[in-house]
Amino acid sequence: MKEDSKFKEYSGSFLLAIWIPAILVVLWAIGTNSGALNNSIFPTPQRLFSSWKEMILSGKYLNHVLSSFGRVFKGFFIGSLLGITTGTIIGLFAGAKKSTVALIGMLRPIPAIALIPLFILSLGIGETSKVAVITLGSFWPILINTIAGLSTTDPKLLEVGTIFDKSKREVLFRIIFPSAAPYIFTGLRLGVSSSWTCVVAAEMIAASSGIGYLISYGREMAQPATLFIGVFSMGIFGLIIELLVINLQKKAIYWVPNAK
Amino acid sequence: MGIEIKNVKKVFPIKNSNIEVLKDVDLSIADGEIISIVGGSGCGKSTLLRIISGLDFATKGEVVIDGKTVDGSTKKDIGVVFQEPRLFPWSTVEKNIEFGITDKLTKEEKKKKVKYYIDLVGLTGFEKALPHQLSGGMQQRVNIARSLINEPKALLLDEPFGALDAFTKINLQNEVLKIWEKQKTTLIIVTHDIDEAIYMGNRVVVMSSKPGVVKKVIPVELPRKRNRTGTDFAYIRRKVYSEFFEETEELAEYVI
Repeated sequence: MKEDSKFKEYSGSFLLAIWIPAILVVLWAIGTNSGALNNSIFPTPQRLFSSWKEMILSGKYLNHVLSSFGRVFKGFFIGSLLGITTGTIIGLFAGAKKSTVALIGMLRPIPAIALIPLFILSLGIGETSKVAVITLGSFWPILINTIAGLSTTDPKLLEVGTIFDKSKREVLFRIIFPSAAPYIFTGLRLGVSSSWTCVVAAEMIAASSGIGYLISYGREMAQPATLFIGVFSMGIFGLIIELLVINLQKKAIYWVPNAK
Repeated sequence: MGIEIKNVKKVFPIKNSNIEVLKDVDLSIADGEIISIVGGSGCGKSTLLRIISGLDFATKGEVVIDGKTVDGSTKKDIGVVFQEPRLFPWSTVEKNIEFGITDKLTKEEKKKKVKYYIDLVGLTGFEKALPHQLSGGMQQRVNIARSLINEPKALLLDEPFGALDAFTKINLQNEVLKIWEKQKTTLIIVTHDIDEAIYMGNRVVVMSSKPGVVKKVIPVELPRKRNRTGTDFAYIRRKVYSEFFEETEELAEYVI
């Protein structure tokens, strides 16, 4: 009985989540097939899905997806490593915070994408410059949130550490880091979505593979289907990554009820 | 553990003026004694407790514990039960209580001790529960167990049972007294509950506000276990009440 009602609940919320996209697809099909939308810009759904299928079967699609994911993985990994360590140092030491506050304030508003030309000039057109853009894009949100998390530990909990005469190390690992974990996770979530934006932007400017490349290739070759495959892929994989991160977050910060 | 509070004065700077929270507080607490401190909110009773525990400094005067002046560095043989549970939301009941252990013990010894104190505060079965899964009263019991497990020589309790229902409150008062009888821990209990003060204390220290001063120290010479409904108890209660409400005498007849 219980399993059954749970299944009903899930399928119910799935239907609720899907009905608006479904209507949009129907409208799109009507618009493109009736000629109301220009077919040289908007492909019909049939055309799009058959090109997509073709690309998947030839193995090209997987290559593009994997090269984007590979870049995101490398860049995000380095970015979060740098973000968490630097954020920890700045968050823990008032001196470090004071000496970096102006620098961070000045550099942070510069979007990572704006630096793509600079990265290409200095690091070349290869993989390094793309990974660097992603690293930078994920670094900022992770850094800022780690600093916030580490410097906002509840003083009442810190007093508990003082009263029980705990060492600095114990206070750090048993009080300060766990308190900061929800913030750090928020940073990681923002970092992942920023990585995704950055990889696509970097690939649109200079690449010979990847989802961003599909978009710019589709435009150059006047193949609207290819362009749309790139655009939709971004949305779909963006959603999948987001869901994965939320799931991980729920497990990692299990003590926050209704963690989102 | 004897505690000497000598001429303690505490001033908080608020905006441009200095607020005097404690003024010339003098109190001598014998080893193994239970002192209840009662007073309205803002009389500085919690501040006094923070100064004794080393979490806060006196502006003037000093606190001497076992011949040593408290200098801000806390000592592990003084326990504090905070007003709010202050548990780590990411740790289980077990882990929260274990945090109170300051001695170097093996894993097995720790486990045994934690189990003992979980039983003592009646939380058996909730070892693996997280704080947000517990009621307020249960969280407070974890807080108390965390302080007791350290077996402090002096325990400072800051309105420890304030947020609890009457039954839990009485149970925990008795638990604390039982532990006191066994370990002869010096206890200082800050409370705004006059009955609790009389039930627990060897002496009741009445504080008045603005600035916080010790107004009167009333000895409670009743044998334990005390009867809250007895006439002797009522006599002392009347004495304490009269200390409180002589400032606003018109209140007195409504209260008693």
